[in-house]
Amino acid sequence: AQETQLFSLVPAVRNPQKSSDLPVSSSSTSLPMFRNKTFSVRRRFSDFLGLYEKMSVKSSLHGCVIPPPPEKSVMGMTKVKVGKDDPSSAEFLERRRAALERYLQRVVCHPLLLQDPDVREFLEKEELPRAVNTQALSGAGFLKMINKASDAVNKMTIKMNESDTWFEDKLQEVESEEQQLRKLHAVVDSLVNHRKELCGNTAVFAKSMAMLGNSEDNTALSRALSQLAEVEDKMEQLHQEQAASDFFIFAELLADYIRLLGAVRGCFDQRMRAWQRWQEAQSTLQKKREAEAKLLWANKPDKLQQAKEEITEWEAKVTQYERDFDRIGVTVRKEVLRFEEEKAKDFKGQIVKYLESMLQSQQRLIKFWEAFLPEAKAIA
Amino acid sequence: MTSALDESDKEKTRSVSVDLNNDASLLIDIPDALCERDKVKFTVHTKTTLSAFQKPEFSVPRQHEDFIWLHDTLVETEDYAGLIIPPAPPKPDFESPREKMHKLGEGEATMTKEEYNKMKQELEAEYLAVFKKTVQVHEIFLQRLSSHAILSKDRNFQIFLEYDQDLSVRRKNAKEMFGGFFKNMVKTADEVIISGIKEVDDFFEQEKTFLLDYYSKIKDSTAKAEKMTRSHKNVADDYIHISATLNTLSADDSTALKKHLDKLSDLFEKLRKVEGRVASDQELKLTELLRYYMRDIQAAKDLLYRRARALADYEHSNKALDKARLKSKDVPQAEEHQQQCLQKFDKLSESGKRELTSFKGRRVVAFRKNLIEMAELEIKHAKNNVTLLQGCIDLLKSN
Repeated sequence: AQETQLFSLVPAVRNPQKSSDLPVSSSSTSLPMFRNKTFSVRRRFSDFLGLYEKMSVKSSLHGCVIPPPPEKSVMGMTKVKVGKDDPSSAEFLERRRAALERYLQRVVCHPLLLQDPDVREFLEKEELPRAVNTQALSGAGFLKMINKASDAVNKMTIKMNESDTWFEDKLQEVESEEQQLRKLHAVVDSLVNHRKELCGNTAVFAKSMAMLGNSEDNTALSRALSQLAEVEDKMEQLHQEQAASDFFIFAELLADYIRLLGAVRGCFDQRMRAWQRWQEAQSTLQKKREAEAKLLWANKPDKLQQAKEEITEWEAKVTQYERDFDRIGVTVRKEVLRFEEEKAKDFKGQIVKYLESMLQSQQRLIKFWEAFLPEAKAIA
Repeated sequence: MTSALDESDKEKTRSVSVDLNNDASLLIDIPDALCERDKVKFTVHTKTTLSAFQKPEFSVPRQHEDFIWLHDTLVETEDYAGLIIPPAPPKPDFESPREKMHKLGEGEATMTKEEYNKMKQELEAEYLAVFKKTVQVHEIFLQRLSSHAILSKDRNFQIFLEYDQDLSVRRKNAKEMFGGFFKNMVKTADEVIISGIKEVDDFFEQEKTFLLDYYSKIKDSTAKAEKMTRSHKNVADDYIHISATLNTLSADDSTALKKHLDKLSDLFEKLRKVEGRVASDQELKLTELLRYYMRDIQAAKDLLYRRARALADYEHSNKALDKARLKSKDVPQAEEHQQQCLQKFDKLSESGKRELTSFKGRRVVAFRKNLIEMAELEIKHAKNNVTLLQGCIDLLKSN
């Protein structure tokens, strides 16, 4: 799809105790399914969770990588102190707002999800009924939910024997990548914290330098030291902005993809469960056939009729489930490739954004020190 | 490890003091040093045209304790009471890199071989930096002495430079003789200065106020600069880990993402080198500068203490003279004692004024040089970063 979708979210917090009230503004250039070109609705945080809930249970979307919603909890995976862990702090709000925005953008980037009526309703409808069944998501969070489901799949007694190793290999890749991303996320987290420390230490140093400048009895040197204090103040500002970039662009990208890879794992689990269902149906069919055979022997014509009906029913189910399994396999393969393409594009875009912010920061740094240099040279 | 420091290296590291080692009649340097566990052995090399020395060129091995002995004997010498004695070089301290090396060893299992090697490289560089710093600071101490009109002629200084045997015997004797007389004095020094001794000379009154205030401020700045530099190093270390993890991710990736990760990993590896240099240049030009002048100002304060002590002695001798006159007993001795005290005090004041004035000039020149160099280095490193970042952005966008 060539249309560009632009979304922007502007949060407004009415009552910090309750979930925040978020205006969702959408603007679309040429999608016929939407009534207006631009439209805006208000949504609660739980509505976003509700949207995911609705999509995740649709059989038409089975095998699809459905973007997971943001975590409700403040900390999530990070050890970075966002604001003061205070839900009303500016940093926390911005983090949530940006995360929700990225979530919606990923949803509408998906060709199938864009067609989904629940998605359209979410974006367009004035009032949405309150979302239910979001406990699992808002409580323990998305990844815990996925991992629990994964464990259940792994405990299955019947193991699949695949002729095509693509699924096994790909799942392995996904799991290993998730691990590495976690590691990377932890290091970037550490970077954010160190950058914030640097910021704090620079501010403290700047003040100390200002005091020293005041104490200095040589006029020109006193002036230079005061100027140095000012430069260091500006450096503090740069470090703070850089820490924000480190966090909001780099760390959050990694956090998003750790969760997205969880969603990918979820697809593989869905395929496993589809296979299981098919196997169990086959097993049930077998039992029904054995039961029929017994009845033939026992000569009970009325029960025999019922048994024949059940066999027909289960034969249909077996066929259906086999078809489902094949279809979900096709979907998963397609989805994984689409996801990988998206991921490469996403990473590239975010990395470029991150590096550009670093670049700007360094360019400003140069200006600050170039302005200071004549002051230092003026010392006599 | 041994380190032969070439001239350009030394020019870069010799930062905190200026105009030293210019007089060809007595040239001193520390061309190399040996580090065994904790002990550092410095090779002190002297080139001289002075007849006081037996040879025109010679080298001796010296330990840190020998420098301390020399410093202390100078401090205890009455004749030098009116001089600013160059501050003793601090003890070589490898604690920080050693602790980090230990932690690194413990965490070896959690990182890739490459990552570990890079961290180790960084730590070895840190070791080397500490090593270079300690050599520099010991060298500057000697050069301050050789540049001083009076101190360069000191007999113990000459022994230090020339005596080709172990100095430890002399060191032991010195300890027994002095027992830290002046060291004990320093403890109550602030009280002596601040106690209501009436200052007759405006110059010294101003100096007293200035030095006391400046000392506490510069001590504070030194500590805060240290913390700031340490944070920079932490950021540089994080870049190493980020680069390594990106590398691992890229190795396992077979999609379009792979080349993006490769470029980013490469970039972070280059950025961390720059960041490391920013940290170490800041350390050298700023933190070391502040640290050195903090110690130098302490030495200037010590001069003020000694003068204040001399003034107190003079005032006591006055009172003793009055008393003697009242009792008409031992008047000539009291008069002589009072005269001696006055002379000593006047000599100290005269010499002290000279020393403190030239100290001011020295300090301003050193600050100027280092602040200029620091600003230039910050600009250089940032420009380097800009080139690296722009290059990577262009590469990424062009794909």
